[in-house]
Order: sequence, then structure tokens, then C-alpha cells
Amino acid sequence: MGIEAKVREFIIETFLFGEHRGLRGDTSFLEGGILDSTGVMELVAFLEQTFSVTIADDELVPENLDSIIKVTEFMGRKGCFAPAVGAELSVILNSEVA
Amino acid sequence: MCGIAGILNLDSRIPPTQEQIIAMISPLRHRGPDESGTYRDERIALGHLRLSIIGIDGGTQPICNEDGTIWIIYNGEAFNYRELNEELLEKGHRFSTATDTEVLLHLYEEYGAACLEKINGQFALAIWDVVKGELFLARDRVGIRPLYYAYWEGRLVFASEIKGILPVIGTRELDTEALAQVFIFWSTLAGRTSFRDVHELPPGHYLLVKSGRCFLKPYWRIPCHHLPAEKNCSLADTCDELRELLTDAVRLRLRADVPVGAYLSGGLDSSIIAMLISKNFNTDLNSFSLGFQECRFDETSYQEELISFLGVDHRQVIIGNEQIRNFFPETVRHSEKPLLRTSPVPMYILASLVRREGFKVVLSGEGADELLGGYNIFKEAKVRDYWRRQPDSQRRPLLLERLYPYIFRNPSRGRTFLQSFFSVKPGEGGDPFFSHRIRWNNSSKNLTFFSDETIAGLAQYDPMEEMAEQLPPDFYDCDLVTRAQVLEMELFLANYLLSSQGDRVSMAHSVESRHPFLDYRVMDFSFRLPSTWKIRGLNEKYLLKRAFRGLLPERILHRGKQPYRAPIRELFSSEVEGNYVDELLSEDNLKKSGYFNPAKVRHLLAKIRRSDQDSTSEFSSMALVGVLSTQILHRQFVEGDSLHGVEQIRPDKIITAMGSTATAREVK
Repeated sequence: MGIEAKVREFIIETFLFGEHRGLRGDTSFLEGGILDSTGVMELVAFLEQTFSVTIADDELVPENLDSIIKVTEFMGRKGCFAPAVGAELSVILNSEVA
Repeated sequence: MCGIAGILNLDSRIPPTQEQIIAMISPLRHRGPDESGTYRDERIALGHLRLSIIGIDGGTQPICNEDGTIWIIYNGEAFNYRELNEELLEKGHRFSTATDTEVLLHLYEEYGAACLEKINGQFALAIWDVVKGELFLARDRVGIRPLYYAYWEGRLVFASEIKGILPVIGTRELDTEALAQVFIFWSTLAGRTSFRDVHELPPGHYLLVKSGRCFLKPYWRIPCHHLPAEKNCSLADTCDELRELLTDAVRLRLRADVPVGAYLSGGLDSSIIAMLISKNFNTDLNSFSLGFQECRFDETSYQEELISFLGVDHRQVIIGNEQIRNFFPETVRHSEKPLLRTSPVPMYILASLVRREGFKVVLSGEGADELLGGYNIFKEAKVRDYWRRQPDSQRRPLLLERLYPYIFRNPSRGRTFLQSFFSVKPGEGGDPFFSHRIRWNNSSKNLTFFSDETIAGLAQYDPMEEMAEQLPPDFYDCDLVTRAQVLEMELFLANYLLSSQGDRVSMAHSVESRHPFLDYRVMDFSFRLPSTWKIRGLNEKYLLKRAFRGLLPERILHRGKQPYRAPIRELFSSEVEGNYVDELLSEDNLKKSGYFNPAKVRHLLAKIRRSDQDSTSEFSSMALVGVLSTQILHRQFVEGDSLHGVEQIRPDKIITAMGSTATAREVK
């Protein structure tokens, strides 16, 4: 599962309780009332844990976190790729080396 | 304190039966375990359950005037009954008992509906005028005592609790509009109940029934005074006045022929009340408090400081998570409405301690936060408004961090993002509900858990419109903080704090709570104060603290307000075997009751279960408690589990007045 799909799944599961109708890649979490103040911290904790990144304080801004696309691009800029894909890649890489 | 019930013929010509009135009062026995009585004639039946507090002997109700033409049943207290008694004696009225009930009866004879303005008290009453054929139902100003009514087969039926009405009217449906109200406003709106076709007599109103027609009228509204910008007396004088008023409010509320205790939370308001009693009226005061196993809810150290300061005789009950889980369903049964919080449960348990210790009456600090500026939502409104005036300011939004340290746990982390949740949107400055808009918007999102059918049924319903219609006419002219105060009083105080967390849970154990801050003189005084005296900057209850400086320990006087809360997440712990939570939240049961979307509730439950203490969203927790309590309510009242097996009351006093003959039978 790619980054976007992973983020999307988390948002639907955690903040929309399984309801995905109307959630587009560019839907604003703030304007759409999808996140509340606790929600932002939940999202950040999820990203750090799932993608093994560290998010600096000055990166916690709506420009990075306010929609699925923004989050996906932000994770991309931080050089991470989705863990499942990563795991598959490492298997391939390792087997090639072998 | 008592329970009342009645059936009045409007169009019906069949006399109400003794069995019907017994069926109505029997489920209310907890409200008045000491005595009971009924009155019946061709048009009406009245029932009463008594918790004897004033005029212990001779107070069995219903009671009548000198010639038996006016009858009264009454729940509550008129604290100024001695003064009213003197006034009525001078006007030639004669009394046969030493009760406040009889005083009210004569007061009504003398003044009619205007008598309500003279009562300093907390009450719900019914007065039947045999000659005029008029029924008069009334409720105290802020709704400390409950009263409900319904129309049924050409009759008006009324009772202190809805469980007294359901057995006779037959229909038992939850009202989905009321569910939406609870989910958005955290309580039902005035006049509404959780049950379809069952109405609340709103606080400060009376219902007069004459010639088969019902007239509902207000006699008191929250006094939104038009204030001059500057108060023309000094702060010091105002502090003196507040102290004197509160002392007198306490004095009146100690009137009882049984011992009176006090609740202590460790906070400012209940400390003031306990101090006033102990220093002025009763040096042997007994006090009662809650402690929590989980230390983040516990205020024991503050309680202990006050106990040793005042030298009161104190009892405490410690609340664990297991008790919250065990007593939650019973608390919902007494509240008769969905709850979004568990905090009424500890109050239910505390009342049982009070009763076990032999007390029927306790004084509390309820009302101070609303009247004198104690809540964060008032301060939040001030900060947001201050920021709105200079939206580019970097410093102004920093005040939010002082207000909500738990949101801004790590101040540098995500500060800007978190601040944006509180920023004022264009045009929002003129919103009359500015103070509550964020809360209501957040809460409204929880309607997402309703089922498609429920949501479809609500398509034409606008809860905001209904709420706005109920506000006092002067509301819109008030300043920001005053408007926020009015909203808190109209919504949360009346229908949650005084009801679910007040009357219902204490009366469940036959304990009457009295609230000196809600003396109408204190309320009127408070609404004449400039808002800046209530909250100075971000210092809440400034005037109150100043008025009691030197009279309470400094640590209690200057501690920040700790909102009273009880554990929630633990209610849903998956580690408890075979508990009712999983069963009631199962897909089958959610489908059967039909109010909620089972798939979403499953996600919500999973979310709460996997979250830790710090990351649990408050609104998500409230939604889940709301779903669970609605499911409990459905089982108890719609499916009817709690309506079966009620022991029938055998009245001590039965009055029957059929045709021209009246017979009275004192059973005891």
C-alpha cells in the first residue's frame, strides 16, 4: 500500500469512522472539520510511527498536513516511502545482492 | 423533597382511577419514601410521595385549604416560608400545619400565579382549585426540581419524573430530535425530553389549565440587565454585598427539621458554602466528598486542607473505574436522558453515602461558575475576541496556551496549527453564539454516528433555530461574556448539572440538594455586575475570590479551576468479561434500536480502545458515552426493562371526593 492509500485509510478509520464518501485527496482537514485539535497530534503520531520519520516543530503547519495530498507530498519530501513497499523493495534488493 | 403526579381530564369524562395514580407514583418511590397520599375526584387524581424535611408531623399530602376547595401536592422547598407565613397571617389566613406546603397553598389563594414571584425556593407543584376547576402547575426559576407532562386520551398527565408518566400513556419512543439536541448542546433544550410526546415544564414557567385548555407562561427569565459601562459603586462595597447575600442565601437554605450537610469538592464554590455554614450557623457541620482512584481526577489534598481549616466532620467515598461501569446504567435510568459524560455516576454514589450517614439534605456550590464567571468557555470567548481585534498578532493567541495547557502540551509543537482551531473566521465576530460556536461545531460532527434513517428523519429539523427561539429577549443586547453565561445557564445548568448530575442522582437516594448560589437574589445581583469584575483578564471568578479573601486557605482561593470530571475511557475497557457495554454496542443491538450507524460505532469503539489517556479526543469519548447511554435508555424504557416489577405503593392517606361527598381515610 502506498503512502497516499495508507494516509487515506488512517483518516477514514480514525476521523471519519469508516465513512469515506466525499473525502478527496485535496479535501481540507481543517475546513472540512475532519481534524480537531487532538486530531492533529494523532495524525502526527501516526505519521512518525508508520513512516519512521521525525517531524520537526516548524513542519507542523497546515501547508504540510491539511489534506491527504499535502501529507503524502510532505512524506515524500521527507524521503520516506510506504513501509509495505519498502519491505518488498528490501527483499528484492537483498535477493539481487545475494 | 418529594415526588408528585397527577391526571386531569381535559375532554375525557371518565374519572381517573386510583389504580392509574398508583401506577404513576409507584416508580417514584425513591423521591419520597417517608409517606404517601392520593386525592381523587371526578375530574382529577393527584398523588404524592413525601420525604419529610419541614413540619415532619402533619405534612402528609395532598393537603387542602380551610374549606377543602383547593388542594396541593408539592415537591421542594420555599425557603422563605416563615416570612411568607407571617405575611399571610396578617392577611387573615389560618394554618393547620407547620409546613411550607400549606404556606404555598394560601399564598396561591391570596395572589394566584403571581405568588411564584414571592417564593425563594426550589420547587415543582400542582394546585387544584375544585370550585374553578383549574389546575396550576409550576416550577422554580432555574429548574432545580423537575416536572413533566403529556397529553393522553383527552387528559393531561404530569409527574416529577418521566418514569411516572410512561406507565399510563402507553407510548414509549425516544425522540430523535432530542437525541440530536443532546449530541450538539450536551443537554435537551427547555421544554423537551428524550421521549416523544413527553414535555418538560420549562424552568421559570407555569402551566394553567382552565376550561380544558392549557396555557404555558414564563414568570421569570434570566435577568439580562442593560448595564451602564461603569458600575457606580465600588468593588469593595460590591464584595461586601455579595458576601452578605450569600450568607443570607445559606441561612435560608439551612432551614429544615432534619440535619443538613454540605458537599465539598475542594474547589472554591463549595468551600465558600461550607465555610459560611461552619463559621456562621453550624460549628458541627458534616461534609461529604468524592475521591478518585485515578489521581488526575482526584482533589483530596484540597479537601483535606479545607476540612482541617474548618474543623468539619467529613466523610469521603473513593470512586474506582469499576464503580463507574457498574453504576452507569442505573444513573442513566434516573437521568432519563442520554449522557455524554460519566460524571453523574460519582454524584449518584456520593448521595448514597450521604443517605447512609443519616442525612437527607446537603448544600452545594452549584451555580457559581455560571453566575460569577468560572468556566473556560467564557475565557476562551474573551481570548478569541481579543485575538480577532488584531488577527496578525503573534502574542494574543498565546493566551490560548494558558487556557488549554493540555492541548498545547508542548508549547512549541504545532502551535500555529493548534491555534488555527480557535481563530475567528471572517464574519464570525458578529455571531450571537460566538462563545459556543466552536464547541457546537465540534459536537455536531458527532451526529455522524446516527443511522441513515435517523439522519433522514432530522432533515427538516434545525436545532439551532429551536435553541435561539428560547433565549430571553434581551440576550442579543448583552456583552459577549454575559451571552455565554446565559447559554450555559439555559442549556447546561438547567438540563444537565441540576438534573442529570443534580436532582436525579441525589433523589435516587432520597437526598435533597440545595444551592445557595442559585438564590434568585444572588442571580439578579450577579447579572448586574460588569463582566470584567467576574473575569478580570483571565482570572476567573475574580469578584468571588476577592469577596472571600482571608476567609479561606490561600491555596484554595487561588488554585486554578479544575473541571469536575470522571473517567470515561475505562468504561469501555475490553478487559472486562461479559460486560453490558459490548452487548449494547453490538451490531445486532444497534440495528435493533436503529438510532446509530453500527459500522461507525464499531470504528469509534475501536478508536477509544486503542487510544491512550493523552490522545483520547474529548468529543469522540462524549460521542461513545452518548451512544451507550442511548442504548441503555432504549433498553430500560422503550423495551421497558425498567418498567416491570415496580412495587405498588399503598398510600398512607387516601382522599376521595366523588359527587357531593368527600371521604378521607388516614391509613396510618
